[in-house]
Amino acid sequence: MEIPYTVDLRPDTRLTNPKLGIWLFLASEVMLFGALFSTYIFLRVANAEWGPHPDAKLNVWLGMINTFVLIASSVTMVMCWATLKMNQFKDFKRNLLYTVVLALTFMVIKSFEYGGKFSHDIFPSTSTFYATYFLMTGLHGIHVVGGVVVLVYFLGPGKKMWETEPEKFTNRIEVTGLYWHFVDLVWIFLFPTFYLLS
Amino acid sequence: MSEHAEDVRKQVKVYIGVFIALSVLTVVTVLVAGLDVSVPVGLLIGLLIALVKGSLVAFFFMHLSHEKKLIYGTLVLTVFFFLVLIFVPIFALTGSFESPEHLYDFEAPTSVHEH
Repeated sequence: MEIPYTVDLRPDTRLTNPKLGIWLFLASEVMLFGALFSTYIFLRVANAEWGPHPDAKLNVWLGMINTFVLIASSVTMVMCWATLKMNQFKDFKRNLLYTVVLALTFMVIKSFEYGGKFSHDIFPSTSTFYATYFLMTGLHGIHVVGGVVVLVYFLGPGKKMWETEPEKFTNRIEVTGLYWHFVDLVWIFLFPTFYLLS
Repeated sequence: MSEHAEDVRKQVKVYIGVFIALSVLTVVTVLVAGLDVSVPVGLLIGLLIALVKGSLVAFFFMHLSHEKKLIYGTLVLTVFFFLVLIFVPIFALTGSFESPEHLYDFEAPTSVHEH
């Protein structure tokens, strides 16, 4: 079954179906992460003691590098859409590859951080702070992995659609970009919350 | 599609500018965290900077600066319920917004093993 209004705008909403769909999905994601931020606030204000173990503090430099990495990936992601709009398919593929590489770099740095914690016997069960830290950054990491799966699909078999339906393909990339920017946005709030304000 | 190419080409310069602004604000966030201020003030400044950064991502990368009203309406509702999610639990805990000292009456476990 062909999904309607993937290129043409719906007469009632003046939007394509995928665009409205992704924004509704992102609204639900705001509530998901919002619930966790609310939990964080709730637990933090109720705890006189809060923060990482003095011997296993969160590495601010690694967190900052990861912030730069995700911001850069957001730029390359929006450039994917921009290069398609300018009919520059080779540049699109290059920008998409950069986005995937940056996303994987983020996950590698994250795995070094997690590994460092585990090697010092720091686990989610260690304290409420670490339970919250691992839960929220872990859920964010899962979202990054999910995004990478989609991006790799568009680097691989997914890009064939450009040859037959270029406008529909461009809209798909735009919608994927919206999800990716949201993932970046969540990290923009996670980084100061855990690395700087604890 | 090519009729939009010139507009998109101008947007590319904006994207680079936003990237630079986000990078600078990230450094500012880290520097501000080192300031000798109280926790609530530090929290406020840090989250305000995060809000500015998030707004730049939303307005320019997510093209919210020129979106349709239905999307804005969806987001207004989302923000409203997000604020409910943030403030109602604290309100329920304290009974009001004006007695923050009672927050510490609630004994939350500092470790999963505590009861």
